[in-house]
Amino acid sequence: MNNLFDCNKKCKVRVVKLNADRDLKQRLISFGIMKEALIEVLEHAPAKSTIEIKVGKMRIALRAEEAQLIEVEKI
Amino acid sequence: MNEMQGKACPVIANHIKIALVGQPNVGKSMLINSVSNAHLHVGNFSGVTVDKTEVLFDYKDYHFTVVDLPGTYAFTDYTIEERVTHDYLCAEEYDIIINVVDSTNLEKNLQLTAELLTMSKRVIIALNMSDEAHNEGMDINAEYMSELLGISCVKVSAVTKMGIEELIDTVVKKHEEPKTEAKLIFSEAVEEEIARIVWYLDKHKYSAENSYRNIAINLLKNNKRTYEKLHDNPIWTELQPILIEAAKHIELHHDSDDIKEAFAEEYAAFNRGIVAEVIKQAKEEVKKTLTEKIDNVLIHPILGIPIFLFFMWGLFQLTFEIGAIPMDYIDMFFGWLGDTVGATIANDDIRSLIVDGIIAGVGAVILFVPNIIILFVGIALLESTGYMSRVAFLLDGFFHKFGLHGQSFIPLVTGFGCSIPAYMSARILKNDRDRLLTLFIIGFMSCGARLPVYVLFIGAFFSPEMAGNMLFAIYISGAMLGLVAAKILKMTAFKGADEPFVMEMPKYRLPSLKLIYHTVLTKTMMYLKKAGTFIAAASMLVWFLSNYPHNTFLEESYALKIENAVGERAKVKEENLLAEALLEQSYLGTIGKFSEPIFTPLGFDWKMSVALQTGLAAKEVVVSTLGVLYSLGSNVDEDNNSLITAISKHISIASAVAFIVVIMIYLPCLAASIVFTREAGGIKYFVYLFIFTSITAYVMAFIAYNITKMIV
Repeated sequence: MNNLFDCNKKCKVRVVKLNADRDLKQRLISFGIMKEALIEVLEHAPAKSTIEIKVGKMRIALRAEEAQLIEVEKI
Repeated sequence: MNEMQGKACPVIANHIKIALVGQPNVGKSMLINSVSNAHLHVGNFSGVTVDKTEVLFDYKDYHFTVVDLPGTYAFTDYTIEERVTHDYLCAEEYDIIINVVDSTNLEKNLQLTAELLTMSKRVIIALNMSDEAHNEGMDINAEYMSELLGISCVKVSAVTKMGIEELIDTVVKKHEEPKTEAKLIFSEAVEEEIARIVWYLDKHKYSAENSYRNIAINLLKNNKRTYEKLHDNPIWTELQPILIEAAKHIELHHDSDDIKEAFAEEYAAFNRGIVAEVIKQAKEEVKKTLTEKIDNVLIHPILGIPIFLFFMWGLFQLTFEIGAIPMDYIDMFFGWLGDTVGATIANDDIRSLIVDGIIAGVGAVILFVPNIIILFVGIALLESTGYMSRVAFLLDGFFHKFGLHGQSFIPLVTGFGCSIPAYMSARILKNDRDRLLTLFIIGFMSCGARLPVYVLFIGAFFSPEMAGNMLFAIYISGAMLGLVAAKILKMTAFKGADEPFVMEMPKYRLPSLKLIYHTVLTKTMMYLKKAGTFIAAASMLVWFLSNYPHNTFLEESYALKIENAVGERAKVKEENLLAEALLEQSYLGTIGKFSEPIFTPLGFDWKMSVALQTGLAAKEVVVSTLGVLYSLGSNVDEDNNSLITAISKHISIASAVAFIVVIMIYLPCLAASIVFTREAGGIKYFVYLFIFTSITAYVMAFIAYNITKMIV
């Protein structure tokens, strides 16, 4: 199964599952990162420590560790 | 006269209190600023350092109070801001909620709205940035939306001031009408369970203020308050199994063991439906938006960081170059004020208290105001344009290695200038632990006030060619020590799972001048008011300790010597000897002598010990104290050659290195300590900081002292 961190730039994916603990899950959900949400990967920070994604019309920055917890499938 | 009566508000007017709620970056503050004749009142929410802006204005027959609640993505309590908003909405008294949403990103914004609608309060939606949505080819049918949601939706624009009046009219209208139920429709599974609970409540004729449907929704959402209310009711025993079954059903339906996640998905589905109904998108935007174009440059993997460093360099140049101009005048003004006021007071003690104690102390506080204003204008610009989030994005990777946050960079770099604005700018860190950790580290970045001490000691022990390198080494090693300290603190005192880094990168926007003006004015006034009063008191204390008890015998015996001294030089020398003798027997001198044994392992004599302790008030004082103690007169600066000679004669190089290390690490100054205490949120943090920096300084100085002794 893919996670968001492994996706390349310009990649478009759909969220399948959030493997985060309760608090982080709430945090992600409050940003619209939840099951069925469509995500586009926009940019990687130097050394790929952080990635920038687009959910709906919102741009969000995520740390690599958090992105690895988001299970996605390609669309 | 008639006109007057027409305009003035009736004495006994109706009062409407509005809670302004919305996600971050939706233009809430700007909306509140666009209300004409509004009177702004800025304070703090009790117990936390979150600004609370209240706007008061009169309209028609009503007094309005609008409380601008901090932006929050969801109804949670992750950050301080979210907690403030959450607690306010749940516990405080208010009449109506205005939910500000960004029309250009409606679906996302309605997520919070859905949660507000379950609160059974009066809610009005302000569709902000309507003009922008229109420009993007979006047509929002506000009337249809009001109908679908069962609450009023009003199109507004804070920028063009469109719809503001209509919004207030709607508030008045809704306030006078009886409360209506908002329409929130869930999936079949949830609706089924709601119906079951409603049926049960109805069967038992449970009496409640809110509708049964609302109670049912809140029970399913695990709302604490609703549970508390029902818990003591006899129907609870039968209701509980129903609820357990219902939760299982819903969780199964959503393939999740988290009811909050399930509800978030319910809301999202509902919102998708609403958005599909009310928005007509003229054309799909294919071309790159402005934000995308700018981001291509500003967060470029290679160019991003150099560009940011250039901006920071510019900001600090402005802060300390332009800031220095008014600083000279302020310094001159307070010098003049001291002399002028001093001349009118005959009593020596009172004059000394007012001139050396109060005026000098308060003057030192006001001296930093230009720096603070320029720096805050810069930070407000970086923040309100949306650039700050990009900075965090770029730098988080590096800082995260040391347990810090990408945004820690701004306060840390500011710390090289002055710790006070650095502590204040740490507010940009939204998470408690990240902010506290950053606050603890700021002191390691050597501030401008420590420069004189470094210059003095380097001048005494190193050749002029080496001076620049030494100075650079001091600054760099301080910063590196800070990063190491951050790592250690993160592994010990601030231990725990890493805070997640999930952050919105808002659209780039042109900053609103009015908003920046208000932000900067508010912060500057707070600094002046709070730091000013404390510092005036504290400088009086330091003054007292260094001037008392008086010793008339000493004064008289020296008065004679001074009179008999031949020539100006000899006179000054005797005066300095008197100053030294007086200081030695003052309370401060007593403290210095008393604490001397503690500092002996570092190779300090009592004079250096005293200098370090007066340095707690301000680092500039270290140099003048050393000047007095080594009998050179208090009017010395770092370029004073005789002081440099005296120091190289009386102090060993090992002691000097240890002394510099202490200066690098221990508390910046009294003013900064006070600001730190306020920003950290309690005196206990100051005690921790004091213990932490003192022990670190002592240990590092001890090591440095012994290593230098071995080498030399």
